[in-house]
Amino acid sequence: MQPQGGGAPVPVSRVELHETIARIHRAEWTRLVATLTRRFGDLDVAEEAVAEAFATAVERWPADGVPPNPGAWLTTTAHRKAIDRVRREAKRDGKQKEARMLYVDEPPEPLGAIDDERLRLIFTCCHPALAVQSRVALTLRMVGGLTVPEIARAFLVQESAMGRRITRAKAKIKAARIPYRVPSAADLPGRVSGVLAVLYLVFNEGYLATGPDTDPVRQDLTAEAIRLTRMIRALLPTDGEVAGLLALMLLTEARRTARVAASGELVTLDAQDRGAWDAAMVAEGHRLVRERLSAGVPPGRYQILAAINAVHTSARDPRDTDWAQVVALYDQLARLDPSPIVALNRAVAVAELDGPEVALAAVDELHGTLEGYHAFHATRADLLRRLGRNEGSRAAYDRAIELAGNTAETAYLRRRRDQLGGGRRLSSPAG
Amino acid sequence: MQYLVSVIDDGAGLATPTEQADIDVFNDRLRAEGHWVFAGGLGSPDPATVVDNRGAEAVITDGPFVESKEYLAGFWIIEAADLDVALELAAEGSRRCNRKVEVRPFL
Repeated sequence: MQPQGGGAPVPVSRVELHETIARIHRAEWTRLVATLTRRFGDLDVAEEAVAEAFATAVERWPADGVPPNPGAWLTTTAHRKAIDRVRREAKRDGKQKEARMLYVDEPPEPLGAIDDERLRLIFTCCHPALAVQSRVALTLRMVGGLTVPEIARAFLVQESAMGRRITRAKAKIKAARIPYRVPSAADLPGRVSGVLAVLYLVFNEGYLATGPDTDPVRQDLTAEAIRLTRMIRALLPTDGEVAGLLALMLLTEARRTARVAASGELVTLDAQDRGAWDAAMVAEGHRLVRERLSAGVPPGRYQILAAINAVHTSARDPRDTDWAQVVALYDQLARLDPSPIVALNRAVAVAELDGPEVALAAVDELHGTLEGYHAFHATRADLLRRLGRNEGSRAAYDRAIELAGNTAETAYLRRRRDQLGGGRRLSSPAG
Repeated sequence: MQYLVSVIDDGAGLATPTEQADIDVFNDRLRAEGHWVFAGGLGSPDPATVVDNRGAEAVITDGPFVESKEYLAGFWIIEAADLDVALELAAEGSRRCNRKVEVRPFL
């Protein structure tokens, strides 16, 4: 979040302070941006003021110490920064900004309204009049508090291009007057599915972070996605897809620590220490899946994906996995979403049920659409290896390594490739 | 807040009598609910003339300023509280005139 002087060792207290500021940043950013946006009617003013308030904290707290109520300190500082900017602009533009100054002297929102403020911010950032890429970027910046360079890195885009994307989105919200509010009941289902798509993208970027210098799992992103999904669920407790997405995230996140070895290598589902899974998250995920099953409403995409993960996490031993159930759920998913990615994941389950040869035939059919996707080659490599076709397997591993962006995955694929010619242990490439 | 709702035609030509009747129903709604500012049909861009008088004398060119399969065939100017209201109206407008529409805010 904050540059440190390179070279000399950093004193412990300084490290601790930076950790404290990072923690406060995670806890307070969204609330601050949401509240300031409401009061100043301008995302750009809010974002800049909150960022400046944190920069001031980084400057001042090492000497002054962390204030007793950092949230209140940041709120006051950000408000001052915003008022300064509005005054500067009013001076420059003449009196036309005077009307907006009226907002400034309103008393702060009561604390109880905060979650609602955050939701306004989320729905505005995920508005359907914005391109999907812009929604994701804007949500990560305004709601998640990630910096532009961090977002650019997460999506392998030039920093300047990402900056322009976010600036353009904010400018459109202002110019076209995209409203800052939670949508009406009639519009809510459609708008919620747009928000869920953004949150799932954020979660996946955290779960399978890309980039050679990026941690394999960005817990900040996965935790943020879960936190925001919980918030949406509190607002819409009967929405099946919200529950489904939350369950899916929890059942995936529960395996996070077991999924990357101390060496930094990916550990596939079949090889994970199931005792290391987060039991509370698994239990909560299972509870949500059961709740949806008993609702008797045809499940959507997230609910089916959650159910698949529930089957996996119900097996104490990978050999106890109910693969017939997994394949049946993928069939159900393929009817809703006949995408090649779903077909690829289905094939992974088919390999366990009907053997690698049947699965390979299904995978090979996807060559035309998935040639550029690392998981396609990783799956082929594993199936070919299990069939004893080492040469083909090696070539497929090479291609998968070339395409994979996640460091843990690359390490895993390299080892599997280099072990070719050894045993034929059963394994599944899915994490 | 005012928005320009442009009607984009990609070769359908003039509105059929049914489409015209549907457009009238929509126009009535715009008036009844206070969204109406102005509207007009333009038809094909073939009769357009481009005038450029930035230089020494006005240059007159026959035809539209840009040649494309899609062209502006008409428009509404509507009054709406925010983009959600404008998009909802635009969705009905698109349905009624049976054409794609583009929504742009006025400055």
